[in-house]
Amino acid sequence: MTLAIASGKGGTGKTTLAVNLARAYARPLQLLDCDVEEPNAHLFLPGTEAASEVATIPVPEVDESRCDGCGECSRFCAYHAIVSTGTKALVFAEMCHGCGGCPRVCPRQAIREVPRRIGMVERRQAGDIALVTGRLDVGSVLAPPLIREVKRRLDPSLPAVIDAPPGTSCPVVTAVRGADFVLLVTEPTPFGLHDLQLAVDTLRELAQPFAVVLNRAGAGDDRVHRYCREAGIAIMMEIADDRRIAEAYSRGRLVFDAVPEYRALFSGLADTLLGGQGG
Amino acid sequence: MKIAFATSGNNVSAPLESRFGRASKFLIYDLENQSFEIIDNQQNLAAAQGAGIQAAETVVRSGAKALVSGHCGPKAFRVLAAAGVKIYASDAATIADAVAKYKAGELKESSGADVQGHW
Repeated sequence: MTLAIASGKGGTGKTTLAVNLARAYARPLQLLDCDVEEPNAHLFLPGTEAASEVATIPVPEVDESRCDGCGECSRFCAYHAIVSTGTKALVFAEMCHGCGGCPRVCPRQAIREVPRRIGMVERRQAGDIALVTGRLDVGSVLAPPLIREVKRRLDPSLPAVIDAPPGTSCPVVTAVRGADFVLLVTEPTPFGLHDLQLAVDTLRELAQPFAVVLNRAGAGDDRVHRYCREAGIAIMMEIADDRRIAEAYSRGRLVFDAVPEYRALFSGLADTLLGGQGG
Repeated sequence: MKIAFATSGNNVSAPLESRFGRASKFLIYDLENQSFEIIDNQQNLAAAQGAGIQAAETVVRSGAKALVSGHCGPKAFRVLAAAGVKIYASDAATIADAVAKYKAGELKESSGADVQGHW
């Protein structure tokens, strides 16, 4: 079972939900921090990095002795990462998305692929939780290939929770694609609802089953409730707008540990969605 | 010989555009017969990235052997230089003024990009 936790709006509580569900599950599971531009799940978990590996994408390198400037690579590349205007092909490696197309369309086999670093994949064991974190290098913009690298480390024999990035663009789609179920975390505010609707549209386009978790319930108004009722979307959990939760978060503590009255809430949801008979 | 000018206008009395990759149009001026054509660059105005590269490809394909723009960024410069297009930065008020300066040999050829990308 792979559960992805996403949201339209940032800062609604994806990581809070992900780490507390992982903790509440109380059996071996994986937690994949796919919010690679600002991973933070590790801040809430004990332990230190057990291993880290460099993540790369393949970028083209041109053998100028073979290139005759035909421009096939240049016409193929949607990102203008390889350019030939009747001249030998120029490579702009920082523009390359690593799709692997240019070596295949080159009629003279003048292009080979070389690895270009985009970030790190870090591993940490925190009790029952096997955390895998993607960390994009500063200055790199290619979140999706790094997210794929993180997801490549999924162990299908264990349940997994994926902490997705916010928004509705490629990194989110890459993070949630293939998950068995998605939880969309939102808050009962105009922004929360607006971005929830965008996220719902995205998941429906992807045909992903999903439900909503309402964080900071009691703050704001009832517009998210009304929308979900009208759109036929289940709200699987509500987390109260409780100052103790914010204080625990600000100290890097799990709600599960710091405010025990919420344990049953997280445990119940973890068991429902990740399987098993309670920890 | 043809010269490309970055501009927002439709004729030689139009001002030069200070940006190259995201200039709205290019005016390709033919020195021999003093005629010109306009090439649209609108698609690059909204490009998230790669505008300079694509604009440079457009200019190279137009057959221009020189570009006059307010500024030129590093990626565009590489593409233009590789194709043998000379680059001139100019603060001339209009394209006609820049043409006159070019003919008088008053434009200085750029030896490298004069602004960073995403300028």
